[in-house]
Amino acid sequence: MYEGPIQDLIEEFGRLPGVGPKSAQRLAFHVLTMDAADAERLARALVAVKEKVRFCVRCFNVSEQDECRICRDARRDPSLLCVVEEPRDLMAIEKTGEFRGRYHVLGGAISPIDGVGPDQLRVAELFARLGEEDITEVVLATNPNSEGEATASYLARTLKAMEVAVSRIASGLPVGGDLEYADEVTLGRAFAGRRAL
Amino acid sequence: MPLYREQGVVLRTYKLGETDRIIHLLTPGRGKVRAVAKGVRRPGSRFGGRLEPFSHVDLQLYTGRSLDIVSQAELITPFDRVRADFALSACGSTMVEGADRIAQPDERSTELFLLLLDGLRALVTAPEHPSLVLDAYLIRLASAAGYHPALAACASCGRPGHHAVFGISAGGLLCPACAPSGSQPLELAVVELLGGLAGDPWAGLPARLAACPDPHRVRRQAGALVSSYLTYHLGRPLKAWEAVPR
Repeated sequence: MYEGPIQDLIEEFGRLPGVGPKSAQRLAFHVLTMDAADAERLARALVAVKEKVRFCVRCFNVSEQDECRICRDARRDPSLLCVVEEPRDLMAIEKTGEFRGRYHVLGGAISPIDGVGPDQLRVAELFARLGEEDITEVVLATNPNSEGEATASYLARTLKAMEVAVSRIASGLPVGGDLEYADEVTLGRAFAGRRAL
Repeated sequence: MPLYREQGVVLRTYKLGETDRIIHLLTPGRGKVRAVAKGVRRPGSRFGGRLEPFSHVDLQLYTGRSLDIVSQAELITPFDRVRADFALSACGSTMVEGADRIAQPDERSTELFLLLLDGLRALVTAPEHPSLVLDAYLIRLASAAGYHPALAACASCGRPGHHAVFGISAGGLLCPACAPSGSQPLELAVVELLGGLAGDPWAGLPARLAACPDPHRVRRQAGALVSSYLTYHLGRPLKAWEAVPR
């Protein structure tokens, strides 16, 4: 057990996800050896993220203003809406440069076994947007795991009744992978979603 | 570290670190097994989609200190149709949650394992009646766990007959002499459906329901009784049951 601020810092780092006691100690001692200016910059960044960052009132992406950069961008296609689970998923899609519509961040996925239903997510806000905005297609980009599929299935059923086109991102083989090592579910989906050339 | 091989059904998964998952499996030989699947969340993982909930898999694992580690996984039945539909997924989640609650580590669970496989197969083959299959699974799960409800005789005095009062704490139907005063009797159709849920072949369940006078209402009443019965004996309700469309 260390004393004073260094122990406090170890305990604070130890509360972060994926950081065990040894890693917390390593990080704390790294901070101790940093330049004072670097340590101050880190401290300011931590405070700023809590003070300045909030959720976009429209899509629930992280933002510094009421509306995020993507919602404010008039060049984005307003008729296309991509539904994702978390802001991190949004950033992953943005990095592809393939999607020019707008987003809606649900804040998680439906997981009956964890007691997470549509009411715990921003599903009502999604349906409200369809009434207010000129959206013609909703792309469901939830994760291709059991929770993401359940969420996509639930949303697709409700959205189809609202007379909007609904699509699901494709799933299949990763680029650079080998067919022989692919599992049956993934390979089956790759075949089901094959496209004409 | 000793290696072993087991079949299993994936009950649930938890994220671990950046790319790993903790997997809860129901195995026939070792009961509930908790194991780590390393790198399974990476798109190019060697496990791919094999270790998703409901998957029936053939696994090679090695024994760890607190958690075992999955070294190889082969799919036997993916049950991916259960994951692809919200109603089936909610029913399947309730099934695996029940199995997860009852199964114990290092305890042979062949009956629980086969029951879960039968239930998942029935969900896939009769997807138009998922909550009916779920109720049948739950009442059979209670039986497998040692809480078989008395449905052909009084749970208290053993008098034979399809009695009309269901005593949850008594463990089944109660005859008029044993039923507490003021008990609300069940309709005969509900009593008969409960018997069907507990003992009919899986494929015969839709026909049993269709023969009821008001199938929707009778199924709701029977389902609510099954849920209350299991909740009483498990000590708390199954979370996923609330999400099941009825």
